[in-house]
Amino acid sequence: MQEINKERKPLIVAFCCNWCSYAGADLAGSSRLSYPANVKIIRVPCSCRVNPLFILKAFQRGADGVILCGCHPGDCHYTTGNYYTRRRMSLLFSMLDYLGIERERTRVEWVSAAEGAKFSNVMNDFAKTINELGENKRLEDLRCKD
Amino acid sequence: MQRLENAVLSKAKELLESGKVSRVLGWTKGEFCYDVSPCVFNTVDELKNFVYNGFCGANLSKYLINESKKEGKIAVFLKPCDTYSYNQLVKEHRIKVENVYAVGVECQGKFDIEKFYAKGVGFVASVEEGLTEVKVNGETVLNRNDVKLERCLVCNKKHVAGEEIVELNEKLPSDSDRFEMVKKLEAMTADERFAFWKKELSKCIRCNACRNVCPACNCTKCVFDNPNSEVSAKANATSFEEQMFHIIRAFHVAGRCTDCGECSRVCPQNIPLHLLNRKFISDIDKLYGEYQAGEDTTSKGPLTSFTKEDAEPSDAVGGNK
Amino acid sequence: MKAILKDKLNLLYEEISKKCELYLPTKEKGALNFKKFDGENEVDIESLQTVKSAKDFFFPQTEDMVNFKTEGKNIEIIDAREKIETYVIFGVRACDYKSFEILDRVFLVEPVDTMYKNRRENAVIFTLACNNPHASCFCKNFGIDASSPKGDVECYDVDGYLFFNPLTEKGAQIVNGLTCLEEVKGEDKVDALKKDITKKIEKLPFSNLDLSKFKGENLMELFNRPEWEELSEACLGCGTCTFVCPTCQCFDIRDFKTNSGIKRFRCWDSCMYSDFTQMAAENPRKTQMQRYRQRFMHKLCYYPSNNDGIYSCVGCGRCVKKCPQSLNIVKVIKKIGGEKND
Repeated sequence: MQEINKERKPLIVAFCCNWCSYAGADLAGSSRLSYPANVKIIRVPCSCRVNPLFILKAFQRGADGVILCGCHPGDCHYTTGNYYTRRRMSLLFSMLDYLGIERERTRVEWVSAAEGAKFSNVMNDFAKTINELGENKRLEDLRCKD
Repeated sequence: MQRLENAVLSKAKELLESGKVSRVLGWTKGEFCYDVSPCVFNTVDELKNFVYNGFCGANLSKYLINESKKEGKIAVFLKPCDTYSYNQLVKEHRIKVENVYAVGVECQGKFDIEKFYAKGVGFVASVEEGLTEVKVNGETVLNRNDVKLERCLVCNKKHVAGEEIVELNEKLPSDSDRFEMVKKLEAMTADERFAFWKKELSKCIRCNACRNVCPACNCTKCVFDNPNSEVSAKANATSFEEQMFHIIRAFHVAGRCTDCGECSRVCPQNIPLHLLNRKFISDIDKLYGEYQAGEDTTSKGPLTSFTKEDAEPSDAVGGNK
Repeated sequence: MKAILKDKLNLLYEEISKKCELYLPTKEKGALNFKKFDGENEVDIESLQTVKSAKDFFFPQTEDMVNFKTEGKNIEIIDAREKIETYVIFGVRACDYKSFEILDRVFLVEPVDTMYKNRRENAVIFTLACNNPHASCFCKNFGIDASSPKGDVECYDVDGYLFFNPLTEKGAQIVNGLTCLEEVKGEDKVDALKKDITKKIEKLPFSNLDLSKFKGENLMELFNRPEWEELSEACLGCGTCTFVCPTCQCFDIRDFKTNSGIKRFRCWDSCMYSDFTQMAAENPRKTQMQRYRQRFMHKLCYYPSNNDGIYSCVGCGRCVKKCPQSLNIVKVIKKIGGEKND
């Protein structure tokens, strides 16, 4: 078992908004900028579509880190969606921290469609952080592990 | 406090007799002095069981969601903390205001029956209430603060709704800080906080009392009851589900929770659920300016508004590492 | 009689826990519940009652039944039932012990619930007489004698000693094997305690309820009583009463999708919940009044009419203590059961 665990790469879930960050990821790809293969992208219409339950469920299903990417504040395709995201996630992350869950496991970044390089940097940096933190133990659902 | 009870009772009688309202929402006597229940009184005769004492902790505002939709006007008695919940429900258009006659009632802090037991009183047959002291069973004198509900120890709320107020002006202000325990937890290390909450939340039996009693939890269909949500299991199978239920419950009422403390009052396992709600309140106060949900019926809530200069999630307040 | 000084109870716990798993009423963060003995428990056998009842041992809140694992086109079916070895439950009160009999009539009739049976048969139950019954207790109405709580071994806390009275072979085997116990003359003391308990119980406010109306023949009359409306008015529809109740036995079977298959488990359900009777077409119990009525009709009418007149309530008083809005079965018995109760 241990050997498998050693090989196990941490799983990162990235929620990306359709209009900016997902296009940013596209640009990173077409510019041949690399980001870790263990980042799994889930496309959402807007960063404010992400319900706190989504983030918890990602952890339940085995994610070790969850990152949420959206348009820069002020540039939201729906004008104001990401402003609401910003408030919600500030509160949610603070609550996770309050329950003793490592706050580095969750992150919000603003990545525009033109920022392929930023997307790649952000993902590399986040993956590094999660690698250092190791497996998510505090928000895990053991039923999903076997 | 007999005088206050009499004043409230005569107000109820007056409202029913004058035909101003057709029903009165109040509290009814139980088998003992401490097991009072919320109740709708339809006639003056039924009011013989009306009671208003230190055990009337139940917040009546949520019952108005259904009661105000029935025919005729209903009078409701609201303690100061209940008026905030009432306003919040009015703001969310959950109550038909034109069918409600709200009456504020003074409150000197309500009791937690288990605190009497903890003080060594095996059975509470009667309580003579004073402002600072209570006499139990005609013999044991206890400090009123020692037997109050936690929420009442830190309460400085005033009536913010109601056509009229029944009061004797016999209320003592509190000088306790309601965020004291939140601050204490924030000052702990992440490991200590995790251990603290794990112990508390593992007691949860998912009876949903905290959700069902909460005036802010007023969805017609809760996400935890929706079979398509994948989170509708009726028990916590793992520690993850314990955490999830309570994070989401508290989050769904963030910015709308008036800190009425009903969740902690009703928890059969005595989980301090108010500490989750108060964390959100304290964060909202720090990040977006002081905000008290239910203070008015028109303003926008902190999670349904924003400013362009809001803090980034990475800078949001947090506790120790 | 075999006995041990109460100061030395820890020795007893340690000795039992060396032989098999031992569960004790334990105080944790202000709530008393049965917990496994690990040497550091804050054991409390003086307090009358645990928040959750002892039914949890045989019928836990959640329990795995079967796992399905899929690999390609193959499905593997794995028996997920736990293997249970002999274990001891210490400090069960008379009412909780009686509740096992009520549950047995549900789970141990054909088809036998093997998970329940397995846990039930492997348990050795040490019961404890109630020295200080609470005003919310009403076990006497259901023929329960709190002064002789039955079980495998009865325990009496008197005069600084805990006395043991084994009633079954299983119980005797464990008690006789304990080296920390001594032989103390205590029959008189125990008898005196029993008398004292009986006297205390007689004086309790709910000890003489009139149950004569609940006979199982007049179902429709009771069902249609107008009082249900006002009785249930304040009900929140939470599951507190059903989850702390020692005799509530409804459950739901659910599937949990893991990353590689399915775990089928059962978990408690509550007739107070809005989706308890939800079916594809519709929900036959639409209002909280109907759900509320169901719970008490089941306890006081339906169950007895199917089970030789035995009520499905043991008078433990947990619902009396724990209902957030102070609704409870005593209020129902008094209101529906007629004037004699006044």
